[in-house]
Amino acid sequence: MRGEPLAVVWFQAAGCTGCSVSLMNAAYPDIKDLLLDEIVPGKSITLVFHATLMGPTGRPALEVLDRAPGKAAGDYLLVVEGAIPTRHPNFGRVGERPMAERAVELARGAVGVVAVGTCASYGGIPAGAPNPTGCVGIGELLRREGGAVPVVNVPGCPPHPRWFVETVAHLLLHGPPRPEELDGAGRLRAVYPDLVHDNCPRRADFDVGRFAPGFGDEGCLYELGCKGPYTDANCPYHGWNGGVNWCIKAGHPCIGCCEPEFPDYPSPLFRKATAQEAEASYRRSG
Amino acid sequence: MRTVSIDPITRIEGHLRVEIQVEDGVIVGARCSGALYRGLEEILRGRHPLDAQRITTRICGVCPLAHSTAASLCLDDALGVEPPRNGQLLRNLIYGANFLHNHILHFYHLALPDYLPARALPGALSPGTDEDRRFSAAEAERLAGHYLAALDMRRKAQELVALFGGKMPHDMSIVPGGVTHRPAPGDVAAFRFRLKEIAGFIEGTYIPDLLLVAERYHDYFELGKVGKLLTFGCFPLDGDRLFPAGAVLDGGPEPLDPGEIREGFSRSWYAGEGPRPPWEEEAVPDPDKATAYSWIKAPRYRGEACEVGPAARATLALAHGPPQFREIAGELLGEAKATPEQLGSAMGRHLARGIEALFLARAMEGWLADLDPSAPVATSVTVPDEARGQGLTDAPRGALGHWVEIAGGVIARYQVIAPTTWNASPRDERDVPGPIERALEGTRVAGDGLLEAGRIVRSFDPCLACAIQ
Repeated sequence: MRGEPLAVVWFQAAGCTGCSVSLMNAAYPDIKDLLLDEIVPGKSITLVFHATLMGPTGRPALEVLDRAPGKAAGDYLLVVEGAIPTRHPNFGRVGERPMAERAVELARGAVGVVAVGTCASYGGIPAGAPNPTGCVGIGELLRREGGAVPVVNVPGCPPHPRWFVETVAHLLLHGPPRPEELDGAGRLRAVYPDLVHDNCPRRADFDVGRFAPGFGDEGCLYELGCKGPYTDANCPYHGWNGGVNWCIKAGHPCIGCCEPEFPDYPSPLFRKATAQEAEASYRRSG
Repeated sequence: MRTVSIDPITRIEGHLRVEIQVEDGVIVGARCSGALYRGLEEILRGRHPLDAQRITTRICGVCPLAHSTAASLCLDDALGVEPPRNGQLLRNLIYGANFLHNHILHFYHLALPDYLPARALPGALSPGTDEDRRFSAAEAERLAGHYLAALDMRRKAQELVALFGGKMPHDMSIVPGGVTHRPAPGDVAAFRFRLKEIAGFIEGTYIPDLLLVAERYHDYFELGKVGKLLTFGCFPLDGDRLFPAGAVLDGGPEPLDPGEIREGFSRSWYAGEGPRPPWEEEAVPDPDKATAYSWIKAPRYRGEACEVGPAARATLALAHGPPQFREIAGELLGEAKATPEQLGSAMGRHLARGIEALFLARAMEGWLADLDPSAPVATSVTVPDEARGQGLTDAPRGALGHWVEIAGGVIARYQVIAPTTWNASPRDERDVPGPIERALEGTRVAGDGLLEAGRIVRSFDPCLACAIQ
């Protein structure tokens, strides 16, 4: 039986729209299916606000955003893309009001919050040292404000569209995740199950110590700084962009873009990680 | 006089607020205000130079390749390396695919709803107004169908980028010295057939749709003009650039002199005024600065506020570009009943993108045929303790510059001036308006100006994440 579609308010803060573009790259279901069809039997979403895609502009657009928190709680799902600047209200505004103020208000009226991308999940690129604008993820912002709205993180810079679709399908079928369904970094365990390294097609090279000396060369990319051994992502299974390629297949070391410390921990990106760093990172995400 | 605040300007990248003053049906004043500061230049300071192209790629999720390309050119310069020919061909193929993606996305998903009737698109995608709609019901239905088809086509264009570029958004292949992806013969075939399909869509669907919009809204060839053009050119190969660099100020096209670039911030939220050359800029955020109204700075070329983007590229390429470009441009300008001088207008920018997409798809076929899958794709690099680099290229949205200073083996200074920094810049220390502000001022409007201003602003394809970083 088809119920009412779940309204989605997609709020962009300190980001780059890359997460939205990545979601538009989804295939089976593709973006048209996600917007116009049921995602799982009987359940669909309806996008009510997304500044990059929506038709109205200016006041008529802003009114949608202004009205949302006034709706009965549980009427919409809030998706946050981008980190939230907290150091000064003027570092980020939407419709003249500070992003942090809007984000908290929108989250409080929502049935739940999906933090899409590493920025919305943990701060990401704009929170890179020295974090000039005091950017934080939406979960951290809500903790500071004493909010009790459940947040699910879908990190990645950007996240693979599958990770978002799988997370939303989970929410539609099962509702908010139980604590044991989330890992230590607030992600669904089912969506971020394994280390890149464990399923890497170049793993055999690692095991026999055959390392690529430079870009474009054959062999394991560990010596070139690959963070696959400390990064939870299933990129090796699915590849990216319809499976045509992905970072390591393209000869580029994994840079750990879905880890909470990105971009500071893996930096310098092309420096081989020390055993201590590997251990610390593994303990944190495990 | 009435002041109308358009905030947010939707269907662009990022956070832009435009305020217009309307008097007697004419926009008499306009203010462009960038509403987000992240501080990427500060974040880059102290990092390893080779991090720059992966971190700057993440300035923008719509045109990430623009930044990995500019950063790699900048580091090629600082490190004193050049990619092997094969690496350059691959860079051009990856970057070209990003242009195709950008132009399809911009025309169908960002701009077209400004001209479609409210009922043509479902739900939140609907523009929600029927003001000044000029298509028959059948035409509107066809265009809306192409809007949906273009969603698939732009996805395939992202696959085209990813084939040699690793993934999209945020490519993982372009590096100083070349690219990391060594193409297998199967990749070449996969690239060829996707390119063929996308080129077919551009020729058979995008161009006819564009010409239909241009015919019905021919008056927009006279709206949203700026008058000064600047391009850094792009797609280098064998010592030349497919699109030549240059500027048009008061006379005809002139060669580019990068030493004439200055960036000021008298009306932007940074302490002081500038204007300084990119190498010497010191801009410390001052979010409480009373005289400021934007996070965007005000770059100027020979003191002029220049429009950057497809109109500038097309104008320079008509003068000094390859004959194939002149041929395609001449044909499409003729069909649209527009003159080369009208390229720098609200409708001319759309036409310039279409011309460019058609031309570029053919140029890419040539680069692909030139590729040698067994040849090296990168030159090895060593990072010096001290160096300076400059990387200039055009991005889909216009002139993009990266400047780096390396000291003690790390980034001591990193400066980015992006296309929308030029186009959406605020007034400068001499009170000269930025290009979009100038394009809006003087426009005759029917109602509160929301419709005309939206169409004019979007014709520039603004990208705020790039403009401010």
